[in-house]
Amino acid sequence: MFSIKKIYQPITLAEALEIYTSNPQLKIIAGGTDVLISLHHGKLDDVELLSIKNLTELTGINYLTDGTIEIGTMTTFTEIFRNEIINKYIPILAEASVSMGGPQIRNNATIGGNICNGAVSADSAPTLFVLNADLRIVNNEGVRIVPITEFYAGPGKVKLQSGEILTHIIIKKADYKGMYGKYIKFSNRKAMDIAMLSVATLGKVKNNKFTDLRIALGVSAPTPIRCTKAESFAFNKTIKEELIKQISEKTLLNANPRHSWRGSKVYREHLIQVLTERALKEIITMSGGKWHE
Amino acid sequence: MGFKIIGSSVNRLDAVSKVTGKAKYTNDFFEREMLCGKVLRSPYAHAVIKAIDVSEAKALPGVIAVFTSQDLPKLKYATAGHPWSIDPKHRDIEDRMILTDKARYVGDSVAAVVAQDEIIAKEALKLIKVDYEVLPHVLDPEKALEKGAPIIHEERPNNIVNDFGNEYGDYEKDFMNAQHIMEGVYDTSIVQHCHIETQTAYAYIDTDDRIVIVSSTQIPHIARRVVGQALGLSWGKIRVIKPHIGGGFGNKQEVIIEPLVAAMTIFSHGLPVRYTMTREECFISSRTRHAIKFSLKTALTKDNKLQAIHVLGISNTGSYASHGHSIIMSATSKFRPLYNFKSFKIEPKTVYTNLPAAGAMRAYGVPQMIFALESHIDDICRKLDLDPIEFRKQNLVSVGHEDPISHVVVRSIGLSECIDKGKELIKWEQKRANYKEQTGDKRRGLGMACFSYFSGTHPVSLEVAGARIILNQDGSVQLQVGATEIGQGADTAFAQMVAEVLGISIDMVHVISTQDTDITPFDTGAYASRQTYITGAAVKKAALEVKNKILTIASRKIGLQIDALDINDATIIEKKLGKEICSLGEIAMEAFYDRTHSHPITSDTSVNIRTNAIAYGVTFVEVEVDMKTGVIEVIEIYNVHDSGTIINHKAALGQVHGGVSMGLGYALSEKLMFDEKTGRPLNNNLLDYKLQTIMDTPKIGVDFVETYEETGSFGQKSLGENPTISPAPAVRNAVLDATGVSFNKLPLNPQTVFEKFKTEGLL
Ligand SMILES: Cc1cc2nc3c(=O)[nH]c(=O)nc-3n(C[C@H](O)[C@H](O)[C@H](O)COP(=O)(O)OP(=O)(O)OC[C@H]3O[C@@H](n4cnc5c(N)ncnc54)[C@H](O)[C@@H]3O)c2cc1C
Repeated sequence: MFSIKKIYQPITLAEALEIYTSNPQLKIIAGGTDVLISLHHGKLDDVELLSIKNLTELTGINYLTDGTIEIGTMTTFTEIFRNEIINKYIPILAEASVSMGGPQIRNNATIGGNICNGAVSADSAPTLFVLNADLRIVNNEGVRIVPITEFYAGPGKVKLQSGEILTHIIIKKADYKGMYGKYIKFSNRKAMDIAMLSVATLGKVKNNKFTDLRIALGVSAPTPIRCTKAESFAFNKTIKEELIKQISEKTLLNANPRHSWRGSKVYREHLIQVLTERALKEIITMSGGKWHE
Repeated sequence: MGFKIIGSSVNRLDAVSKVTGKAKYTNDFFEREMLCGKVLRSPYAHAVIKAIDVSEAKALPGVIAVFTSQDLPKLKYATAGHPWSIDPKHRDIEDRMILTDKARYVGDSVAAVVAQDEIIAKEALKLIKVDYEVLPHVLDPEKALEKGAPIIHEERPNNIVNDFGNEYGDYEKDFMNAQHIMEGVYDTSIVQHCHIETQTAYAYIDTDDRIVIVSSTQIPHIARRVVGQALGLSWGKIRVIKPHIGGGFGNKQEVIIEPLVAAMTIFSHGLPVRYTMTREECFISSRTRHAIKFSLKTALTKDNKLQAIHVLGISNTGSYASHGHSIIMSATSKFRPLYNFKSFKIEPKTVYTNLPAAGAMRAYGVPQMIFALESHIDDICRKLDLDPIEFRKQNLVSVGHEDPISHVVVRSIGLSECIDKGKELIKWEQKRANYKEQTGDKRRGLGMACFSYFSGTHPVSLEVAGARIILNQDGSVQLQVGATEIGQGADTAFAQMVAEVLGISIDMVHVISTQDTDITPFDTGAYASRQTYITGAAVKKAALEVKNKILTIASRKIGLQIDALDINDATIIEKKLGKEICSLGEIAMEAFYDRTHSHPITSDTSVNIRTNAIAYGVTFVEVEVDMKTGVIEVIEIYNVHDSGTIINHKAALGQVHGGVSMGLGYALSEKLMFDEKTGRPLNNNLLDYKLQTIMDTPKIGVDFVETYEETGSFGQKSLGENPTISPAPAVRNAVLDATGVSFNKLPLNPQTVFEKFKTEGLL
């Protein structure tokens, strides 16, 4: 039994925004897989909910004429990992999506909820970070676009004001065309587990050199992060075993993992390097590059 | 042995009702105006409760009752699900009250609330004001033994629950004459059962002023007795009903919430009250598996025979004794009919700490002991460059071996054959040779481990079981037992036994699966892998009685001697000629309606079993170790069991699958953690407690070596707990083979493996 005082269930976005503006205390509920856990832990007693489940404006995955991919925030992870557009153009997001929870969770959990919940372990985050995803946020007054890399504020915190709803995730063609990606989730279980650490890499290789390389980490800092120092170090350098090692080491210049009973700092730092190395080798292979002499 | 139905893979009787959702569990029953109970739990690991103010909570609208230890009789009772002992020296330690007046662990029950619904009950909990005087706490059993350690129970100021042990043979001399003396220390972690259905029960007072409790329990008759003791009520005043249960694994071989729900209804004018533990509560406020640290020392002769063993064990029982010393006593007795030690000295200690109480969990201390022993055996073999399989085989006991302390006799042992099967299944020789010189990031290895286990608790405890059979007009029967179906398939096995004896088909046996202490025969319940062996004897006896009564009528009718008759396919036959005489139904009709001889056929009987049967088995496993991340992957695993006659192969297979997966979690990922400073649980939820999922579970290979155990009613021995015992040491030995590193503490989770690789210089 949950202590829910009231629930609004609007059927259009306009209606939702209006209700939200006049009731700023409302808590948005999408798939509810994070919200209900908070309720279970007694963190949201007497909550008033605003359900966005019926807002058709927030569903679907679209491929626009300029190659931009737009994902409605109410899209579930099951829908994402089975979607043709995603699998064709940004398979790394399908890979991240299917690593989430288990079938029941993926059927309910939305990508919008995953982002807005602000968890450092969110499985969609590292991938969306390397894809330079933009977020479309609306309120009663209008729309703003924020790069996902600037959206996170701290553990469990994102830069959303009351009255605002995240409606779409936008990925531009330039950010995926000709790029190969690999997501590695490290967890103690193969399902129903959150990441102890996660690495997403996305790169473009020409003449066995990285002409573009992006590395993002989860659970390695108070928010998901990009390893900008390692990325710029890698730029235009010839790929060799040694280079991969150096890039992986340089990821630590941006990372600052926590020490906790879930995993020690030393272990996490070690994993960051090992997993980055492995992910890089995968994308090099996919891109037709090679690191052996 | 020429059985027809015994040994066949009939479907579980409850399979369809369970998968279709028709089967009713405790929380599927509803009474009008059912109230909700909740418990206020201590936030401190050790604290005196100086005062409790419940006035505000009581005043909250919708609250029916709030009570504390002050409102209850000052009775201390034992919660372990053991048969009552008339001899006071043999009883479990009585150190519990329904609600406590001193907090001994984080989660100890301090006050109870009954309200109209869960939300009000939770709100009321927040309004209870408790004045605690926080005391120093101790979590480490070795520290709890030190002078000046916090005293957890006044009755036992040294924190020792018990340190009774065993000694046999000329132990000193055997060590003096030993060619080799080997030593090792092996430690295990606290884990939990994680049954799907948490502890749940509801209670009300019926029109006869008796307390009725519907509970998810493995031991309804024991629950009735303990409720009586906890509340100071006459046992006959209490009725316990057990419907289908969503798993127990020993955690419901304990009377945890029944006295509390009984008290809840008493304080609520007899209205029905339900109390269901949350998962978070269940992790800490039901029971856990004892972490036991074993220090082993063995003496070997010139020809590498195991001669003597010294076992020193410290068992962490947490804040209350629960099953207490029985666990480590079971651990250190049940390994003895495995290798042929000529002498031994066993020094076990069970110690209180400020942790959740540990109790019974599948295989009752033996997984801890076998982890230590079988790891130790591999360490010995490595050191002396011996083949671990040959070494084990050379040291096995043989038929006729009698334990010098318990006097349990080995009457059947198929372990050597189990080993041969397992070795072949995993292609031991070939792979061990292939994996000799590995250097890569991923390394493979093979390991194995053996075990011995008992069937029931004789001679430590009483082994009584009852069965009742009623013959219907159509020749079908109802079977009623006091033993409980808890998912292991006992009901189906019993039905097969009845069908076998009576010569009828399985669908003619209707098992009354629900136990109700008012009407079911007396049996102490599901634990110690006892039911197929112990209750199976009662079921056979009852079926034979019914058969005899049927054939008596048939004989009267036909004129042939009883001995000359039999029942086959629900038909009375003349044994010698195989000639059909009449249907079983005809005889049944006469039993019911004959104007002169009417006497419907029933049997209601019980047995007191005073034998035990030693079951055996082995795990073979292949692992792949990621040398960089510390992740261990199980590639192949086989469990081969000697459990005597296998009553139902399909059910046995399921039992082994479940047991092995539990063993793998124990080996690789499960561990309940606590904050040193506060004693608070860190991971009492299924996200942070790494119970394995089906995605983590490899394909599990299962095989059996069917010996015939003369003391089993159909040649059977135990199988219920057995599959959980040997996977962990087998995995550990495989990792040793792959990496050369010996892990002496469970679990081998990635963080631990990483740390060990670092200290060993591998990273
Ligand atoms: C058993 C289990 C396993 C899980 N496993 C994983 C896992 O492997 N990986 C992982 O990353 N997560 C996991 N999670 C967490 C969770 O499922 C995800 O974070 C999920 O994506 C949340 O989506 P939702 O739609 O359920 O969000 P909700 O719970 O409905 O909402 C989450 C948060 O986002 C806000 N919100 C939601 N949508 C919007 C919107 N459009 N605009 C503004 N605010 C919004 C809500 O107010 C709330 O704060 C798991 C959860 C459970 C219960």
